[in-house]
Amino acid sequence: MNTQTYDFKQKAIWQTLRVQDWLYALVLMAGAVFAYSRYSQYMDAYELGFLFGAAATFSYLGWRWKGLAKLVIGIAVLSLFAINLYHGSQARAGESFFLKYLISSQSAVMWMNVLFILAMLTYWFALFKRSEFIGRVASALTWAAVLFGFVGLMVRWYESYLIAPDVGHIPISNLYEVFILFCLITALLYLHYESKFNTKQLGGFVLLIINAGVGFILWYRFDRGADAIQPLVPALQSYWMKIHVPANFIGYGSFSLAAMVAAAYLLAKRGILATRLPSLDVLDDVMYKAIAVGFAFFTIATILGAMWAAEAWGGYWSWDPKETWALIVWLNYAAWLHLRMVKGLRGPVLAWWALVGLIVTTFAFLGVNMFLSGLHSYGEL
Amino acid sequence: MRFAVSMLSVLGIASIIGTVLKQNEPYENYIIKFGQFWFEAFEKLGLYDVYHAAWFLLILLFLVISTSLCIYRNTPLMLKEWKTYKEHAAEKSLRAFSHQASYSVQAPAEQVQTKLADYLGGQGFTYKLKPQDNGDVLIAAKAGTHQRLGYIFTHAAIVIICFGGILDGNLPFKIQEMLGHKKIEVLDIPESQVPAVSRLGISNPSFRANMTLPEGVSDDVAFVRVRDGYLVQELPFRVALKDFRIEHYATGQPKSFESDIVITDPELAAPLEKTISVNHPLIYRGIAIYQSDFQDGGSELKFKVWDLAANKLLSGHIDGVVAKKGTLGTGDQALAVEFNEFRKFNIMNLSPDGKGKPRNVGPNTTYKLRDQSGQAREYVTYMQPLKLDGKTYFVSGMRETVQEDFRYLRIPADEDFSIDGFMQLRQAMRDPAKQLEIARHLSKQSPTADPKLQQQFEQSVQRLLSTFASGGFTQLSQVIEKAVPEAERQKAADTYFKLLNASALEAYNLNLAAQGKPAMALNPQTLAFLQDALNAMNDLFYYGTPYYFQLDDFKHKEASGLQLTKSPGQKWVYLGSALLVLGIFSMFYIRERRVWLLIKANTQEVLFAMSSNRKNLDFDQEFDRTQQQLGQLLS
Repeated sequence: MNTQTYDFKQKAIWQTLRVQDWLYALVLMAGAVFAYSRYSQYMDAYELGFLFGAAATFSYLGWRWKGLAKLVIGIAVLSLFAINLYHGSQARAGESFFLKYLISSQSAVMWMNVLFILAMLTYWFALFKRSEFIGRVASALTWAAVLFGFVGLMVRWYESYLIAPDVGHIPISNLYEVFILFCLITALLYLHYESKFNTKQLGGFVLLIINAGVGFILWYRFDRGADAIQPLVPALQSYWMKIHVPANFIGYGSFSLAAMVAAAYLLAKRGILATRLPSLDVLDDVMYKAIAVGFAFFTIATILGAMWAAEAWGGYWSWDPKETWALIVWLNYAAWLHLRMVKGLRGPVLAWWALVGLIVTTFAFLGVNMFLSGLHSYGEL
Repeated sequence: MRFAVSMLSVLGIASIIGTVLKQNEPYENYIIKFGQFWFEAFEKLGLYDVYHAAWFLLILLFLVISTSLCIYRNTPLMLKEWKTYKEHAAEKSLRAFSHQASYSVQAPAEQVQTKLADYLGGQGFTYKLKPQDNGDVLIAAKAGTHQRLGYIFTHAAIVIICFGGILDGNLPFKIQEMLGHKKIEVLDIPESQVPAVSRLGISNPSFRANMTLPEGVSDDVAFVRVRDGYLVQELPFRVALKDFRIEHYATGQPKSFESDIVITDPELAAPLEKTISVNHPLIYRGIAIYQSDFQDGGSELKFKVWDLAANKLLSGHIDGVVAKKGTLGTGDQALAVEFNEFRKFNIMNLSPDGKGKPRNVGPNTTYKLRDQSGQAREYVTYMQPLKLDGKTYFVSGMRETVQEDFRYLRIPADEDFSIDGFMQLRQAMRDPAKQLEIARHLSKQSPTADPKLQQQFEQSVQRLLSTFASGGFTQLSQVIEKAVPEAERQKAADTYFKLLNASALEAYNLNLAAQGKPAMALNPQTLAFLQDALNAMNDLFYYGTPYYFQLDDFKHKEASGLQLTKSPGQKWVYLGSALLVLGIFSMFYIRERRVWLLIKANTQEVLFAMSSNRKNLDFDQEFDRTQQQLGQLLS
């Protein structure tokens, strides 16, 4: 007779929390309360909702994924350190050593670019060498890139207020800024799957698309000088931007990631790198999960966009080219999900479809701004 | 299923058309672009307003019908799956499962049953006990069957969203138009003359209309643009614009557009005053009033006009109102002046490399000068001098047709940032008396003392100046071509050029002396000024009119563009959207799993089977974990 008792009962998340998890949430909430006490008179009800909502969301996400909690704390510490170095003057960006070479928004973004490039090379090297250690280095480089990228955005947010209080705004308002956001979100999604599936072999693939973004950022900055902080046009001055844009980029990021995994799948299927990559089942699963996340957030983003449009343009749907292309992207992945979930289809067809989906997504993201004109004319090339 | 995917693809491809071809442009643009034949063909296909074309609506209708059918067919099935524990599963079929295992147990059956039931409860399963005829007990458990609701939610959401969209679309009008009850108005006539057949009453359930109100004006109708015409939408209240404001950032970019509007309505005790701005509409009686755009509401402009053909320095004044006309001159020579546009702020990037910051360069105005034969040239003039390549110029552009770009005349500003220095200089160089004086001054500076040579020199300077005054550099080069052999032309041209510059300096100093001012200092700036002035004098021959308009003063009057929408479908669309998100998350993140545990008392065996409606890695992992945990639990 067995006397041993087993406790297999699934625990709710708060039952699994350690002291440091509670501490982490407490720090975030304290930050939100501090921001509230200092700046609440400049915020409307929605923004207050976002402030505390962000503290709650990042607490939860940090509990679910401990790596993210460390990242959040890192971003907070470095950003506050940088902000402290400014002494309220933008000129300090070129004077203070730390700011000039490390954590002014431009320098931090440059570090992000460099680290992403290094991370990609290291991931490929790790794949080639089949080295777990080099893979860990690549992973660390990616985390560092994400850290610097977010610090860059945070500091940029602060810098925008240094230009003039009425210029200040969240740095997700033009093509330069959202490309940084795209790189960061795609990298974070990748890191999440990396830890979840315990595989570092896909890093080289996913970082390809991220580095395409890095290439764009570099070109956009050095050839077009598009890195300057511009004040917001009236249509963009809305709390909606703070949720619409990030939701959209979780969508774009996931779809891009899925396409890169699809590329890996197609190579592995043909026997190329097959022994170095995760099994086809895993690749297929990552691809599905990424598209599911992307689809869910893209849907939310489009709905939020419609609600914003109703407030700014006088109608929730105007068949503006950007809206229409968002619908096309949505329809494309809806069809993909139908094939996979209802028909149970697997294999190369869906992988090819996910790759083509990237072209459709890229067009919706960039092509519309380049070739078509409409209401969404914030990021012209 | 295949139909659903095809529907989604067809809708996607159809939607592309409207993004590639710019929608709802004035029809002339399409004619210019495609030519008459294709224009008509495309018009028949409804390509200029794809998303309201009958065929597009038909596709949407198909989508709605097919989705509805899916819901109708599958909902009973889904609800059944949602509720059932499938407790009628037979041992034989359980053993055929791909995910199954069996354990031998020693403990009494009741004890095993409690243990397993507890375990399942701890894993988030609900279960049903089903004693079998042979004394065995089947525990049928399920978790995550809410996933099935996701299917219903998402598909119902599509139907609800499309329903909301149809409520807000212009289907009622389209039907009435087809039946001949309504017709769009294509003529540009005053609103009061628009016949009833082109008017939509206040009972119209949904619309999206525009209204342009100059400051101090009120109205109770709005306009709905349809294809190449419009409809008049009557409103149940009157809207007046008290004030329209644009605020700017320090860099000159617009920061906010705001309209103070007043609504008068018999139902209101007192007029309702409200400020609307972009992102902050006013909703009154189900009609949302948005700040949409703005335009000129009849700004008053005061110009100084220089008559450049006159023999003396001649300037007068002309007043105008934007969107109105004026006349200049009399008799056969009279020109109609059409004041087209006034822009108080112009954000331009004038840095030479294009990399500097754009800034506000001040007001400009656009006007047309139309002669008696109906020929018109369009001009744009900036009120303040612009800094270009480090120098300041008064800039005015001219073009002969709308398709062309403006060609710009740059008149250098003098040291007082005024145009007067240039105008006086030009006049001095054209005036025969002054030309003589200039020639004398120049000859005094020449080294020769021979009076004959001096006189020759003076004459040639006079000739040079009058040639330049009559036709600029072109005239001058023609004279050189005629008089000078080819080999010496370059040298002659250089000499003339130097003389012209020297004359300009003399002319300028003569003017300064006449005003009692000291002579011009010779430095790169003044030399550049003279050079630019000569160029401008030359370019004036290509300016197309002897009248140069200089904007002296203005009284800015704006009109606010409002959009008024009534959208009863909006709440349906939002409801559908909420359902859609709920449905998507349940479909993706709730995993339906079923577990059967058959406790066989007589053979002391527990049969475990597990299934999921979606076979994937997560399910395999969960099965492995459950199998292992059950093994430990039952050992």
